[in-house]
Amino acid sequence: MADPIIQIKDMNKWFGDFQVLKDINLDVEANKKIVVCGPSGSGKSTLIRCINRLEEHQKGSIIVDGTELSEETKNIEQIRAEVGMVFQQFNLFPHLSILDNCTLAPIWVKKMPKKEAEELALKQLKQVQIDDQANKYPGQLSGGQQQRCAIARALCMEPKIMLFDEPTSALDPEMIKEVLDAMVNLAKAGMTMIVVTHEMGFAKEVADEVIFMDEGMIIEKANTTEFFANPKSDRTKLFLSQIL
Amino acid sequence: MNKINFLTPNKENLYTYLYIGIFLFFFSVLDVFLNSFYNFNLTGFLPSSISSVLPLILGFIGLHLIRIEYSGIKKLDVLNKNINTNSFNAFLSLIIIFVVIKALPPLLSWFIIDANIAGDSKDACTGSGACWTYIKIWFNRFMYGMYPNAEQWRINLSFVALAFLGSIGYFATEKYKKYLTLYYVVIYPIIAFLFIFFFISGGPIFFDFSYGIIAAVISLIIGFFIPSKFKMYYFIIVPITIYILLKYVLFYEALIELGKLEALEWVETGAWGGLSLTFIVSFFCLIFCFPIGLFLSLGRRSDFPIIKYISIGMIEFWRGVPLITVLFMSSVMFPMFLPEDMFIDKLVRVIIAISLFEAAYVAEVIRGGLQALPRGQYDAAKSLGMGYWKMHIFVILPQALKLVIPGIANTFLALVKDTPLIFVVGLLEIVGMLNLAKTNPKWLGFAMEGYVFASVLFFIICYAMSKYSYNLEQKYKTER
Repeated sequence: MADPIIQIKDMNKWFGDFQVLKDINLDVEANKKIVVCGPSGSGKSTLIRCINRLEEHQKGSIIVDGTELSEETKNIEQIRAEVGMVFQQFNLFPHLSILDNCTLAPIWVKKMPKKEAEELALKQLKQVQIDDQANKYPGQLSGGQQQRCAIARALCMEPKIMLFDEPTSALDPEMIKEVLDAMVNLAKAGMTMIVVTHEMGFAKEVADEVIFMDEGMIIEKANTTEFFANPKSDRTKLFLSQIL
Repeated sequence: MNKINFLTPNKENLYTYLYIGIFLFFFSVLDVFLNSFYNFNLTGFLPSSISSVLPLILGFIGLHLIRIEYSGIKKLDVLNKNINTNSFNAFLSLIIIFVVIKALPPLLSWFIIDANIAGDSKDACTGSGACWTYIKIWFNRFMYGMYPNAEQWRINLSFVALAFLGSIGYFATEKYKKYLTLYYVVIYPIIAFLFIFFFISGGPIFFDFSYGIIAAVISLIIGFFIPSKFKMYYFIIVPITIYILLKYVLFYEALIELGKLEALEWVETGAWGGLSLTFIVSFFCLIFCFPIGLFLSLGRRSDFPIIKYISIGMIEFWRGVPLITVLFMSSVMFPMFLPEDMFIDKLVRVIIAISLFEAAYVAEVIRGGLQALPRGQYDAAKSLGMGYWKMHIFVILPQALKLVIPGIANTFLALVKDTPLIFVVGLLEIVGMLNLAKTNPKWLGFAMEGYVFASVLFFIICYAMSKYSYNLEQKYKTER
């Protein structure tokens, strides 16, 4: 069995005096889908932002695809190019068209020829069914379409791992489904995914493992059926009873 | 049978109200008009205390009578909505209309009717209005400063050529559009500098034009037979080779004679002046202060303490001192620190000083734009693997600069209007020339005409810049 693609060991993080993450240990194997849930302020977002070093951790180690994240910035850009991320607020570039949003990074980071990048972008946009919107600007699209574009943009870098930071929390209920469908398709294609979400239906359908976090700690980590059928800790039971 | 209540106009007797109201309104306007233009008082038979306020009262009643909502007459509704929404607004509208009518005759008489433009000395100005003769006689000085009359074609030629080269962006086809930024940011300023150095200043010529022209013609002719694939390299290498051959290897007598193109007469920068100097100083300061300001604003947000504190120091220093002292320092103090034999031209020093000064303001304006961007944009760019420069060039700056176009335009307008301050180092741009001209013993007492002239010129320049910035804003508007 190969090494896990993400290895987190005894990772700690502080914002000033406040400790957000306490002794996080987590291994993620390739092609596995992990759902992270928990109440707000529990450090879920911070955890996955640490994985592509949008946040720095102060103690412990994170190894992504064989490279340890550290002070040295040399590898960080390379790792970020391998780890795609989708944000709660979409964060599309409003001054670029949908197509340009998708081709920007492949052209300038991966040095892909423009034509090739555009073909790839159109292919990815077709996957999420917004290839007909390619020449519009993000401001002209609905929230669901923007989020699907954000997924396509991340996929254009052909990442090995995809991180989702509450991708459906800023959407209208009707649009949640179209985004979740895109994510389910991606999962079926075999992508390694770490998803922070409150969509338990999605977790049941897709996830291999569910992680429950509270107050900066991983309270419970179990495979999906186990997690929903008989959660071990009381905190998890309480949480599940409130959201299910 | 309708009773007509004049206190509350309504729709039923629309036309009655309308005719009476319009009659009263126009009568009052006519009264003021005749009064101010022809000195004839329609209501002169009344006591003067009544006749002076009568137009106001009549106009007020008139506007009251036509204030009918949803009258169904489009023009009336527009009028009511804009100048006649309630009694107070009607009153203000009337006052403004009357003030404009009252102010027109004296302005017209000063500017046109009683003004003089004929003749070529002070004695020609006999009217009570403006003496445009003064502007006419001094026009060359106001435009070119002390630049020798015989050489002024050089300034004209340079400015026309630069204006033409500057407008190339409008004619560029889709294929060349992507090079435009490079052209305007790097190539155009260099061309402008060369023009100013060789033509306006008459700097030493290292280049023999006649050889250059021969080289260009020969290489053009050969160029027709070269496959288009290599043309790019060809047109760089061959002309230079031919030029060098002509100049240093083949010493044909006839060619040597041709090569002796006479150098232009040297005109030192102290003699430059007038509007052309305003343009030169503004142009170069604008071009230099923007990139310096950009780097300062990025530096101020940098994570490296040294860069950060140097940037903060620069910004706070240049913002903290008045421009006039900066200019004074640049001309008086600065040369003292230079080695004996080193000399930097006064104009160059002034341009550097103003550029650094305005760069501090530009830096803070741009920083405002950088801070207005949501953090998510940085996150998104980073998560796609972009480094600092790629992130800023492709994602952050295009958005931030778009946000701060109004602020930058503001700073640039202030810069153009700050240029008259260079009089403290003895450079006389247009306002400086005006001040000089008004103290000429033969032309005492025409300061007003001069300043009006300068205001009009500055207004035209600044209004054009402001319009241009507004167009840019519209052009780059993508969202919503």
